[in-house]
Amino acid sequence: MKNLVILGAGTAGTMMLNKLHKALNPAEWKLTIVDNEKEHYYQPGFLFIPFGIYSREDVIKPKKEFFPSNTNLIESEIWKVLPEFSKVHLSDGKIIDYDILIIATGSRTAPEETEGLTGGLWRNDIFDFYTLEGALALAEKFKTWQGGRLVINITEMPIKCPVAPLEFAFLADAFFEDKGIRDKVKITYVTPLAEAFTKHKCAEVLGHFLDDKGIELEAEFNTGRIDNENKKIVSWDEREIDFDLLVTVPTNKGADYIETSGLGDELNFVPVDKHTLQSSANKNIFAIGDASNIPASKAGSVAHFASEILTENILNYISNRPLSARFDGHANCFIESGHGKAFLIDFNYDVEPMPGKFPLAFIGPFSLLKESRTNHLGKLAFRWIYWNILLKGRELPMGPDMSLNGKVLDNFINNNIL
Amino acid sequence: MSSRKQSSQEDNIMSTAVAEKILLGKTLAIDADGNLVNISDWNEEIAAELAKEEGIEILTEKHWQVINYMRKVYSETGDSPSIRKLTKESGVDTKELYALFPKGPAKKAARIAGLPKPKGCI
Ligand SMILES: Cc1cc2nc3c(=O)[nH]c(=O)nc-3n(C[C@H](O)[C@H](O)[C@H](O)COP(=O)(O)OP(=O)(O)OC[C@H]3O[C@@H](n4cnc5c(N)ncnc54)[C@H](O)[C@@H]3O)c2cc1C
Repeated sequence: MKNLVILGAGTAGTMMLNKLHKALNPAEWKLTIVDNEKEHYYQPGFLFIPFGIYSREDVIKPKKEFFPSNTNLIESEIWKVLPEFSKVHLSDGKIIDYDILIIATGSRTAPEETEGLTGGLWRNDIFDFYTLEGALALAEKFKTWQGGRLVINITEMPIKCPVAPLEFAFLADAFFEDKGIRDKVKITYVTPLAEAFTKHKCAEVLGHFLDDKGIELEAEFNTGRIDNENKKIVSWDEREIDFDLLVTVPTNKGADYIETSGLGDELNFVPVDKHTLQSSANKNIFAIGDASNIPASKAGSVAHFASEILTENILNYISNRPLSARFDGHANCFIESGHGKAFLIDFNYDVEPMPGKFPLAFIGPFSLLKESRTNHLGKLAFRWIYWNILLKGRELPMGPDMSLNGKVLDNFINNNIL
Repeated sequence: MSSRKQSSQEDNIMSTAVAEKILLGKTLAIDADGNLVNISDWNEEIAAELAKEEGIEILTEKHWQVINYMRKVYSETGDSPSIRKLTKESGVDTKELYALFPKGPAKKAARIAGLPKPKGCI
């Protein structure tokens, strides 16, 4: 009996578990998954929590709901991997052997990386929404906040879901408008990038949107420290931005055990071949999702597309065939733009986002790179798709029979999801 | 769009030329980020010219320490190092890196070193 061990039961780990459970022969392979958290968080939903659109209950389900019934689950923290011995040490003292290891422990926010970030203002006037606690605390703050300078800040790249901070800015604009205090809120979007987004084509469209919504853009701002006393963020080259309320996306890093195990780069992301997803250092180790260093967006959609490729390559690896399935970096993201509308973008390693329709050319229903209400409904429907299709390792209904229009989606959402 | 790559031929090319420019009488291919496409086009004089375009009039010894480190990492890994890696390994700390190459040290130093833009920003 051989062992295939998956580290991390988040989006990517759960999808791989479900796919491999179907693909591997149970008489030959024992599948094990390790995670120290009992709950599965729907992280894309964190975005909506500060604005009172989603609550805690909307984004949490027990992890077990998404596992095949006879899953060998180990609930423990991963302490260290010993690649030269093909062993994983757990914090509870257990040691597990593997023949194949899949690393899917994602990326976490690391506010401790920035001087002053977790100082006196943390969760009083400084918030993050990339964690559930942060998003919930900010929702409370927004209930009573009367306005002032709202600064939205990306500390450094890469971050998971690089569109989320922009969506936050658009939603904040709409939120304060609806509250009738938009004229009392000055919104500034502060990014280390040279423009609004990582992909130039989108940056043009989205940058225009920031303008229209009266959101100021501070580009090429690399946050060095937070001055709690004077309520300023200060860049490494000593530029300063005043804030009354700071919503920040802290540095993103891979799990600490990756560093302890010598498996990561300078941010604990695992270097892999960007097409095969095999570790550059160890042939029997693969990484998927936010944990890997592939030059694609760290997004659930990317993990979904990659999971099909990785499943194929694991089967290739097992039968000593070349790893012929090649991932192209496909990403597909809805971008909320406020007032019940959204964009959709679709791109990969080589192709920039383009206008058009998705998933079917000319039919849609979703408009690429254009704001529409259908896209917004798609974003809301994504939660249902995430829980019911993606995590369970099923295929997306993208065949020719998917010809939803906005109205159909509306009904679907009203009856099934919200 | 499918999630599968059709061909792997382009993997051997560092980046795609979208334009040309003339520096010191040499015609150089440049990519969409304005960086050199061919490492072999680069030399120290070209670096000095690229630095001027970035607003850096004189390349000091410290600048060269960073540029040389970047070129070393690129030749070993095929990637331009990120700002984090520079801070950790180049022997020049973050604060000083920003003083040397204002606004975007990793990006600017890569451009002056004749390398593609670091991949960290997607
Ligand atoms: C605010 C926000 C909005 C987003 N919006 C979108 C969106 O609209 N569309 C989209 O596609 N993506 C979005 N994402 C990104 C998406 O959520 C992630 O890309 C996706 O969840 C990555 O999956 P993963 O499996 O790699 O990591 P995760 O799902 O984070 O899973 C990692 C797992 O590893 C476990 N783990 C980590 N370290 C250890 C350890 N030492 N021991 C044991 N277990 C460990 C964790 O408990 C966790 O269960 C968003 C993310 C955020 C934060």
